Formats: sequence, structure tokens, C-alpha cells
Amino acid sequence: MSVTTEIGEPVSRPLLAALAGAWAWIFLVFLLGFFEIWARLAYHASFVLNGFNLQSIAVFTAQPFLLAVGQTFVIIAGGIDLSVGFTMGLAAVILAQAVRLADPLLGPWLGVLAGFLAALVAVAIPGLINGLLVSRLKVPPFIGTLGMYGVAEGAGYLAAGGTTVPVSNPVLFWLGNGTLFGVPAPVVVTLVVLAVLHYVLSQTRYGQYTYAIGGNRQAAVRAGIDVRRHTELLYLLSAFCAGIGGCIYTARFSAGAAQAGEPLLLDSIAAVVIGGASLFGGSGTIIGTLIGALIIAVIQYGLVFIDVAPFWQFIAVGIVIVVSVLVDQSRLALTSGVRTDE
Amino acid sequence: MSEPVLSVRNLTKRFGGVHALEGVDFDLHAGEVLALAGDNGAGKSTLIKTICGVHQANEGEIRFRGQAVSFANPRAAREAGIETIYQDLALADNLDVGANVFLGREPMTRRWGLFPALDRARMAREAKRVIETLDIALPRLDRPVRALSGGQRQAVAIGRAIFWNAEVLIMDEPTAALGVPEQRKVVALIRGLKAANKAVIFISHNLADIFAVADRILVLRRGRKAGERLTAETNGDEVVKLMVGSA
Ligand SMILES: Nc1ncnc2c1ncn2[C@@H]1O[C@H](COP(=O)(O)OP(=O)(O)OP(=O)(O)O)[C@@H](O)[C@H]1O
Ligand SMILES: [Mg+2]
Repeated sequence: MSVTTEIGEPVSRPLLAALAGAWAWIFLVFLLGFFEIWARLAYHASFVLNGFNLQSIAVFTAQPFLLAVGQTFVIIAGGIDLSVGFTMGLAAVILAQAVRLADPLLGPWLGVLAGFLAALVAVAIPGLINGLLVSRLKVPPFIGTLGMYGVAEGAGYLAAGGTTVPVSNPVLFWLGNGTLFGVPAPVVVTLVVLAVLHYVLSQTRYGQYTYAIGGNRQAAVRAGIDVRRHTELLYLLSAFCAGIGGCIYTARFSAGAAQAGEPLLLDSIAAVVIGGASLFGGSGTIIGTLIGALIIAVIQYGLVFIDVAPFWQFIAVGIVIVVSVLVDQSRLALTSGVRTDE
Repeated sequence: MSEPVLSVRNLTKRFGGVHALEGVDFDLHAGEVLALAGDNGAGKSTLIKTICGVHQANEGEIRFRGQAVSFANPRAAREAGIETIYQDLALADNLDVGANVFLGREPMTRRWGLFPALDRARMAREAKRVIETLDIALPRLDRPVRALSGGQRQAVAIGRAIFWNAEVLIMDEPTAALGVPEQRKVVALIRGLKAANKAVIFISHNLADIFAVADRILVLRRGRKAGERLTAETNGDEVVKLMVGSA
């Protein structure tokens, strides 16, 4: 009874597909090589083998990456979270205000702890509301989180009284500017978040269901997955990641600002996309997003380093986003035989 | 004859004023294939959805393994041993074969003896085993199922259903979207299920498929049972007449 004709077998071109799959890595190496050569020729110094440069790039990467890591989960599940930038700002302001209040009463250590708690509780609210809007009330994620973009922006400025909120606390300062074995403390925090969420996405059922929901929501529902609850948790997770980003901002600059994350929103989405995620859902990885965030940071920092007008970075990042999507589409065609109908 | 594994009596389902199903009866035994035939809107999909818990019956009784049942949702039906394979197959295209077979019921292991983690190796191994029992050649199991052909995808969906030891498999138009060679493959799959002593209900508009594999044919017309025939004792003309109501 075996009628085993091979129908619809994709043409397999493994080498090209592998190259396309690893293109973000290749591009990152290319960028580093480019700046390295430039630095040698122009300044007779190394770009890469320079502790200060490496630290700066790591810190440059950490902020958008923290937004992007939660965003990765949301995008894999087929959603998007436009509110992360101002959620981050809200956390930055609430942390600053709370430490200002609590530090004199509880001392520096407990004061900071109270501040973190306050900031996380504050960002849980937009996260939960986003989740509710998308999962229960069926508001399209783009619209629901765009609404929250405005609400979180307003709430952040109100909480800040319209200005930036300075805060001085030694523990907080160390978290923003200290180092641990030469690694900046914000980078250490980011690495921990990276490790935990990479594990969650790649090794747990929660991660697997995130992919399944993005691949075929109906299939996930029929498989008995509680898609609504899962979706709620996704937006909560995204808000928490943004909240951690906001806390790091306040620690670094000893001040909270409602607009702290505004320029990072698009960088975070760009990092996810450059990292290989599809905005239609179903694909993406934390490591990919990390590479995406690194590429953006290297472009931004490198252009400043070689003294190019900073506006070029927008152009460069814009081009990289589009190219990454194009490469990704050809990779899909190469690995699965799927071609876009046109 | 042995006791039927599934037995339906006087099943009635109305949507507002629409009588989608009126007093339908049938029995289904292990190792038997029942085809549901009928014109568009005859109530075939409604019948299987009412059995598998998507809809709740207004009247009538469903007995599964001798016990009256009423499934609150498809998940309850599946846990009891009735698997439904929908026409759109409900596969997550971006996941591989193992992940689809185990979707929602993934086995776990411990990474470095410490952290709970998905047991992907086991998922791949067991998926391979179950697909092999279907006698279908899948080139590779570690690729997203979107790379598979229609018949191969059907095999994955059927593999998922039988992996969990379902006793009753319900398929809504399993051959509808397929080319002729793939249709043959699915017909062969259904024969394999029969040989494995599963009870199968399948909906089809294709009389050739029905006569190729079904033991009995239940014809619905406007929600009512227009007739029930043993495949060996009827022919295409009679079935068509039952469907259109000129018998
Ligand atoms: N959820 C629903 N709400 C209202 N009416 C419905 C619903 N589902 C089915 N019906 C009606 O019930 C009747 C039977 O539909 P059903 O889908 O069971 O037909 P079918 O035999 O599967 O047809 P087809 O061959 O076209 O798939 C139709 O008149 C249909 O319009
Ligand atoms: Mg139907």
C-alpha cells in the first residue's frame, strides 16, 4: 500500500540557505571588520581590541535589546508591542520618584528595592491592559498597543511633573555605572535577562506555544493551549522587559525621564526583524535579536567613532532592516520551497 | 457483532430556526470505516462537530464505549479518545513534525539534570515511529511542516491523532484539497487505520474515495438521515439518488 511518490519536494540548496540563515552573523563580522580597518588606517588603533569601545557597544546594545527581547516573544506570537518605549519611560520615572521618596525613609539599599518594586508594579498595568485588549477584547495588537503608547507617554510625563526627575542614590548609581569583573553592571543585568528568556523561548512549553500561536493560532487552540492566557502573559513579559530597561536608564543617568525609551522603540523592532523574526509571526530567536541589536549598536557607535555625521546611522539602519527582510524571504524560499504567490 | 464503539441516537442540532440535524442515528464499530455523504449544507460537518464537542446537541444521545457522553469541548472528546482531523488540518506550519504531533502535550526532560526542558529528541523519535507505521515517506522530520505536500501533511495530522491512541478518528474531507496521487495516499492511510482496528468516520464528496475505503455509507439530506448502505450492497447511482432525494 505504499504509494510513496515525493510530491512538492522543495529544491534544496543547503549552502545558500545556510549562508542566508547566518547572514546576520556574517554581516556583524563584516561591520566589525570594516570599522577595524578604518580605525587602523585612520587612527592607527584597533576598533575591536579596545576595552572602552567594547564596553560602550555593550552598553549601547543593552538598552534597545531589553525592549527587543520581550518584543521578540510578542512578534513570534504574531503580535507587536508599540508601547514598550513609553512603558520604559514610565518605569524610569516611577523608579526615580520612588527612590526619592523611599531612600530617606529606608536607606539606600531598601530604598532602591522599593523603587524597583514600584517600577515593576507600574509597568505591569500597561502590560496587563495590553494583554487584555489583545487577547480578550480582540483589539488588533497594533491598535491596542498604539493606544497604550499614548497613555503610557502621558502617564510618564504626569508622574515626572513634566520634567526629568533627578535621583541620587549610591546603590542605583553603581547599578548604572559600576562594573563587575570589568563588565558594566547594566550589561550583567542584560546578560541575565538574555539567558533566562533564551531558555524560556527555546526550551520550555511556554516558548514552544509562542511559536505555535504565531504559526497557526487555530491549531494552538485546537491543541488545547490556553491561547488567551498565553497572550496576556506575552504582553506582561514585554512590559517587564521594558521596565527593566527603564530602571537601567535611571541608574545610568541618575534621572528618570518619560521620553527615555522613545527613540528605542523602532530600534527594538528593527533588532527583532534583523535577527530573523517575521512580523507575520512564527519565527525568531533571542540570539537572533541579540545579533540584531548588536548590529544596530555597532553601526551607531562605529559611525560616531569614525566621525561620520550621526544622521548617516539612520540611513544605515534603515537599509539594514530592509535588506534583512529580503534575505529572510529568500532564505524561506531556499529552505522550504515556499515561494510568495505573485 | 461486538458492541459499537460509538453509537448515536436521535441526534438533533438546531441553529435558531435552521434544523441542521434532525434525529440522526448510526452505530460505528472498531475497525470500521463509515463515510458521510450528502449535498452541501446537508449537515455532515454539523454531525461530526456535535459528536466531537464543538457543538452541543439539542436532543439525542451519544454513547462512546457504552457510556452516554456529552463533550463540553473538542479537548474533552480528544482526551476520551475521539480525535478529529479538520479539513484545514490545524498544523502549526512553522514547527517540525515532532512538535506538531506533540503540540499541547510535549514531553519534558531535565537539561543538565536540573532545568525542565522540552524533550525534542524524544518528540522526533516518536514522531518518526508513528509516521513510519503510516507507511508514508517523509523526507525529513526536522523541518517545518510547511515544506510538506498535502498528503504528507495529512499524514502528520493522522499521525498526531493515532499517536494518542484515539479509538475513533473523524476526518472532515481529508481528500478534498489534494491531487489524485495524494488522494490515493490518504485512502491508503485510512485503510491502514482500519487494519489497526480504529473506527473511522470520514466526510467526502468524492464517491470514488468513498467506495474505495468505506464499509458503510451514511447519506444525509437536509439534516436527516436519507439512508444507510453497506458499500458492498450499493452503487454510486443509488447514493447520489439518496443525496438529492429522488430515490
Ligand atoms: N454555526 C452555525 N450557525 C448557524 N447555522 C449553521 C452553523 N453551522 C452550520 N449551519 C447550517 O447548518 C446546515 C448544515 O451545515 P453543515 O456545515 O453541517 O453542512 P455540510 O453537510 O457539512 O455541507 P458542506 O458539504 O458544504 O460542507 C447548513 O444549512 C448551515 O448553514
Ligand atoms: Mg462541511
